[in-house]
Amino acid sequence: MSLDALNLLAILGMALVTCATRLAGLALAGRLDLSPRAQAAFDAIPPAVLIAVIAPGALATGWAETGAALLTALAATRLPVLGVVAVGVVAVVALRAL
Amino acid sequence: MPSAFDDARMGLSDIWPAMLAAVPVALLFGALAAGKGLSPLEVALMSALVFAGGAQFAAVELWATPAPIGALVFSTLLINARHVLMSASLAPKLRDFSPGQRLGGLYYMADENWALAEKRARTHRLTPAYWFAMTVPFVVCFVGVATLGSLIGAALGDPRRFGADFAFTAIFIALVAAFWKGRVTAWTVAAAGLASAATYKLAGPPWHVLAGALCGLAAAWWAAGREHARVEAQA
Repeated sequence: MSLDALNLLAILGMALVTCATRLAGLALAGRLDLSPRAQAAFDAIPPAVLIAVIAPGALATGWAETGAALLTALAATRLPVLGVVAVGVVAVVALRAL
Repeated sequence: MPSAFDDARMGLSDIWPAMLAAVPVALLFGALAAGKGLSPLEVALMSALVFAGGAQFAAVELWATPAPIGALVFSTLLINARHVLMSASLAPKLRDFSPGQRLGGLYYMADENWALAEKRARTHRLTPAYWFAMTVPFVVCFVGVATLGSLIGAALGDPRRFGADFAFTAIFIALVAAFWKGRVTAWTVAAAGLASAATYKLAGPPWHVLAGALCGLAAAWWAAGREHARVEAQA
């Protein structure tokens, strides 16, 4: 069981900002009135960040990864999370072998 | 007036399907974290202190040695920013909670227990018994299974061998589908993906996350304005 000092610091930093977002509601409750447009932009943050994190792996690695990402996106329109993961992993293994 | 015991039983019966669904995801998280060199203790600590699936997957994908702390914290903040709106909506419904219960309860607010609590609050008073009967088993299960996953992952070795490195990409695509809200999301995803991949090629990590997120947000703002104008024109 090892605990790297930098890793610990990163984990504590992540915990701190997450805690701040969760407790912010106590201070903001009843005072937050977003326009529909601002609400839509707020709702778009999680997908924007998630896609920004994986885009290099999916789009700038090779054809196998890009192809597998497209197949995975197709699977995501009808399968639950684990089904989507299964399709993605099998697709990338198959396409890398081509 | 239902007793605290009845409320606790309701909480437990409401959360267990979500808890079950989180088991394989937590296992996979632990295994991928182990693949990036995180120890079981670090996986357990992160899961217990951060307790945010999407942000944790993103962090492990960005993880390197030495840990890029700024990028990790920033990506976590962005992904969890939605919690500000969620907790602002939930906070007024916690009237029966003591201040300590409010802080402790909200610390472990995730998408699943938040959604269930909001649903419960439409028909009942939200009690600490209901909230904690939902939240405590969920947290304990997530932390335990993620740690187990890291032990299994460390034994399995290099995840690239069986395409497990691509599991990140697949999970994120599935998560984005869960956040899908029509055309606005489509523009967001296209802008974030292209900007991130281009920035990765030109400037390298970790700037691709910032560039992708900001371009995605700008696209969402623009598309939401367009959508709004379209709805107005139809009305």
